[in-house]
Amino acid sequence: MSNDVVLSMRDISKTFPGVKALQHVDFTLRKGEIHALMGENGAGKSTLIKVLTGVHSLDGGEIRIAGSDAPIINKSPQDAQSHGISTVYQEVNLCPNLSVAENLFIGREPRKFGFIDWHTMNKKATELLKSLDIDARATDKLEECSLAKQQMIAIARAVDMKCQVLILDEPTSSLDDEEVEKLFVLMRRLQKEGVGIIFVTHFLEQVYAVCDRITVLRNGTLVGEYPVKELPRVELVAKMMGKNFDDLADIKGDHKVLEKFEPVIEAEQVGRKGSIKPFDFAVNKGEVVGLTGLLGSGRSELVRAIYGADKPDTGKIKVNGKEVKINSPLDAMKQGMAYLPEDRKKDGILADLSVRENIIIALQAKRGMFHPMSRKEMEEAADKYIDMLQIKTASRETPIKSLSGGNQQKVIIGRWLLTNPDYLILDEPTRGIDIGTKTEIQKLVLDLADQGMAVTFISSEVEEMLRTCSRMGVLRDGKKVGEISGDQLTQEGVMKAIAGGDSNE
Amino acid sequence: MAKLKTTTDSNRKINGNTFLLIITIALFAIMYIAGMVIFADKGFAKPQMFLNLFISNAGLLVIAVGQTIVMITGGIDISVGSITALVCMVMANQMENHGMSAYAAIAVALVIGLAFGIVQGFLISYLEIQPFIVSLAGLFFGRGMTSMVSTEMISIKNETFLAWANAKIYLPFIGSYSKSGKFHPAYIYPTVIIALIIVAIIAVVMKYTKFGREVYAVGGNAQSALMMGLNVKRIKFKAYVLEGLLAGCGGFLFCLNSCAGFVEQAKGLEMDAISASVIGGTLLSGGVGTPFGTIFGVLIKGTITSLITTQGTLSSWWVRIVLSALLCFFIVLQAIFARMKKKNA
Amino acid sequence: MNKDSIKKITSMRLFLPIVCLVAVLLVNLITTPGFFKISINNGVLYGYIVDVVNRASELVILAVGMTLVTAASGGQDISVGAVMAVAAAVCCQILSGGEVSVTELAAPMGLAIIAAILASALCGAFNGFLVAKMNIQPMVATLILYTAGRGIGQLITAGQITYVRVDSYKVFGGYIGKIPVPTPIFLAIIVVIIVNLILKKTALGLYIESVGINGTASRLVGLNSTLIKFLTYVICGVLAGIAGIIASSRIYSADVNNIGLNLEMDAILAVALGGNVLGGGKFSLMGSVIGAYTIQALTTTLYAMNVKADQLPVYKAIVVVIIVTLQSPVFQSFIAKQRAKKAAAAVEGGK
Repeated sequence: MSNDVVLSMRDISKTFPGVKALQHVDFTLRKGEIHALMGENGAGKSTLIKVLTGVHSLDGGEIRIAGSDAPIINKSPQDAQSHGISTVYQEVNLCPNLSVAENLFIGREPRKFGFIDWHTMNKKATELLKSLDIDARATDKLEECSLAKQQMIAIARAVDMKCQVLILDEPTSSLDDEEVEKLFVLMRRLQKEGVGIIFVTHFLEQVYAVCDRITVLRNGTLVGEYPVKELPRVELVAKMMGKNFDDLADIKGDHKVLEKFEPVIEAEQVGRKGSIKPFDFAVNKGEVVGLTGLLGSGRSELVRAIYGADKPDTGKIKVNGKEVKINSPLDAMKQGMAYLPEDRKKDGILADLSVRENIIIALQAKRGMFHPMSRKEMEEAADKYIDMLQIKTASRETPIKSLSGGNQQKVIIGRWLLTNPDYLILDEPTRGIDIGTKTEIQKLVLDLADQGMAVTFISSEVEEMLRTCSRMGVLRDGKKVGEISGDQLTQEGVMKAIAGGDSNE
Repeated sequence: MAKLKTTTDSNRKINGNTFLLIITIALFAIMYIAGMVIFADKGFAKPQMFLNLFISNAGLLVIAVGQTIVMITGGIDISVGSITALVCMVMANQMENHGMSAYAAIAVALVIGLAFGIVQGFLISYLEIQPFIVSLAGLFFGRGMTSMVSTEMISIKNETFLAWANAKIYLPFIGSYSKSGKFHPAYIYPTVIIALIIVAIIAVVMKYTKFGREVYAVGGNAQSALMMGLNVKRIKFKAYVLEGLLAGCGGFLFCLNSCAGFVEQAKGLEMDAISASVIGGTLLSGGVGTPFGTIFGVLIKGTITSLITTQGTLSSWWVRIVLSALLCFFIVLQAIFARMKKKNA
Repeated sequence: MNKDSIKKITSMRLFLPIVCLVAVLLVNLITTPGFFKISINNGVLYGYIVDVVNRASELVILAVGMTLVTAASGGQDISVGAVMAVAAAVCCQILSGGEVSVTELAAPMGLAIIAAILASALCGAFNGFLVAKMNIQPMVATLILYTAGRGIGQLITAGQITYVRVDSYKVFGGYIGKIPVPTPIFLAIIVVIIVNLILKKTALGLYIESVGINGTASRLVGLNSTLIKFLTYVICGVLAGIAGIIASSRIYSADVNNIGLNLEMDAILAVALGGNVLGGGKFSLMGSVIGAYTIQALTTTLYAMNVKADQLPVYKAIVVVIIVTLQSPVFQSFIAKQRAKKAAAAVEGGK
């Protein structure tokens, strides 16, 4: 290990049942460096962090850290801590009900005669906060501090525990610009003191604002390590999405040009504080409109606001030209909307219920409690979609939790098709499912549009979007920044739009 | 998500939890003063009346403080009333029917409490069973065991024990004059002193020891506490064991007050203890609460009881109903504060 | 029988409750030879079994409500016993017109029953509001009425035990005309059938399971989880009211201190014995019903073994702890690990 390297991970592999989460990944962190770890969903960043911090054990490879001759093995976050590796997560892992000082020192409080010495603790905390230029009072309750301050306090706790490696796992997701800037000041300060910082984020702006170096992962493998200055944004996006920018093939679906534009859904200045800035958006009959942007750019937030899953606080929504009030998902469903959520496990499936029940639940909810579907009607509906979508299940009475991910997703699609929607929202319908099923779903989307359905399609995979969408909304950092269509609908065009800023930087 | 940007930058604001405690203290003051005004002729204004609040609730005080500890971890224990009944019954039975000494009986009381604490604590913290279900089983178990010891009431006649129970301690300078002008000094019983000492010790433990602060951390956010390297399960277990011990101790004080053991004793005491904690500012969701606040919770319960008994015509059921209504009020208030906090975060 | 079919049978939902019931009955068959004997005395059926089925009626009705509440909210309603007392107090007080003891009805029976059920529905609505709308843990929310309920009952009856010594009131807990089967048995069956019909003929059953399994997903498919949870508490309250009227009719009085005493524990136990997870989700009404009969059989058995009524809770508490321990994920994963170890050892041994 050369002198300025604080952490080196070599040939790291990790397999979960059925998934190769990491394959032979290398990662090097130097002293006083802010190093961005980038990658889309399933790239393996969080697995790499978890292996490093001892949350997961590693299957192969070694981790070395400056100051220790042998490779280290972390069995728990505490082990990692003792090796000088500290992590600060997006969700602040502190106790809101305790004072700032306690949060800094819990588990290692200064004591006098066996009792906690509050005076010394507060004094030490004040000194620590002051040394890092954090504007918080040691005696305040943590919950009285802003989120940004809580993040910084978490960092202060990590730093005070003599860390060489500080991992910041999406710390900026819920901060505003001003707060992010304050955080950057703190990061640069620590950088000067020689701490190596691993910065996980999905905000490109921030990477270019504060980082020295970028490591890109994709599908559990290492794409490469690049100095920030040598990697233009658009190339970074291309690398994250698995394309070599120079030979982006011109994949383009053959879209029929709409003969007439009949907007099914129109959103005017719809927005929700803290999740999506006010946007305009319209989808016409028979049209598939994509929403693109990196993870966390506000793609899901946009459709959730339209669907009433998170009630918007500004703007109006028109369905077939008429303004409607949408207070809950049920209202949206009654207007002919359907929404396949991004997180299948958490928001989609009703795990213990059967395939049949999972298929009919939305239609049943739409009809109301006192208009139950007959057993026969349910079975016919279930059989129809099991057949049509070729859902592989032992029977229609099998609990959905025992199906594979792809088949679960098909059940959820069936659930919504059964409600015969005019407007179908698909948020990452193909995530985590096999190639064959993916193609089937893409084909289905096009068929549905041909039959006159309006569709919004969200996916992290650009090819998929190009194949299905005739127009795309582009989102960046919680804001809809534009739309692309026609000739711009190429991989290059999409990447440029996603990357934003000066693409040739 | 909106940001709490500048809430504490300059001026210190009173947060919801402190606000709840202030409401409680004000409520107690208003209730007590109202009582002094309305029932002045019935002696409500006498210092002894105030001391009686402590005398009749010494056991409850200790039990409620124990309840506060487990509620801070985010748990609950509804078995304390039954534990108290069992403790009283076993002590009475041992002393009266088996010739046990009063000193040994104290040990028995503590062992019973400890045993409940260990078993319930194990089921709750290590097997992760809902505290409610576990302590509901504890409630029925304790009451049933009490009736197994004896279904008849056993009065305690042990001399040492009665000497403890009836040792009046007169307070200097405090007291009142009777109509004939004779000075009656105010008094307390040893139970009050024991209870206050225990509460003081627990207050110190909660504020100044590692264990105390860890209990708060676990209640504030168990996940975070785990990430900060605390052994969450062990801390919870210890909290229940301590609470069990305090319940045993409270049972002993309760027994000094009643000098008897019977099956129906201390029925609904769990409710008094929970109400006292909640009214005293302990959050049901955990993480917040102090023994100091709980004292006021107990005093409010005591004041309601004395107001209703002094009034004379209202049935004693009103105590339960008023207390439940008050508990309901504070629970709803907590829920509203929690919702407001969530919106702001 | 091969291994697979055994596995199939043991994994059936009603397996555990039926096994428990059979076990209890077997114990009785051995210890109390006359247990299954049914005779007719004075024109009505007599015998241990009749007694078990009769006495279990209130519990069955409570268990039905408790099952719904558990499924939808993942918590239990511990106020059902107190709500029974409130309903009984309202009913008797109206029938007696405020007198301590009457031999003639002071008000129409229908009015009193409707008022009693309305009162218990109100109690349920109060619980439901706290749980569904205010998001308070079910057991804490229902703790309020658990303690205050009997006090409210005392206020209604002005602190006395109100007697309604009228034959028409004794019907609910006694016999209808010359029919030899006790009325509560019919009432319990009718309640089970009606609730079953409601669950089957409306989509409520499916809604309850959905909300209990995954609240967010349920919201996204258009279900109003607040309303559904609230409804289950109201239903639970109404059923507790019906049980309260039966219990009070048996003793033709409103003994607020003793009606429904300790029944909340039995109802929770019935739900757990019925193979339902106390954390909510999928439920089996029949399981709870069988569970309720099992518990009554157990109670009667313990009585037959000379255990006093006061001591019963000890045994029931132990059974509850055993069941919830067996259900707890920590315990189950521990067992799974032990099994895996054993299997691994067996493989190694075979080498």
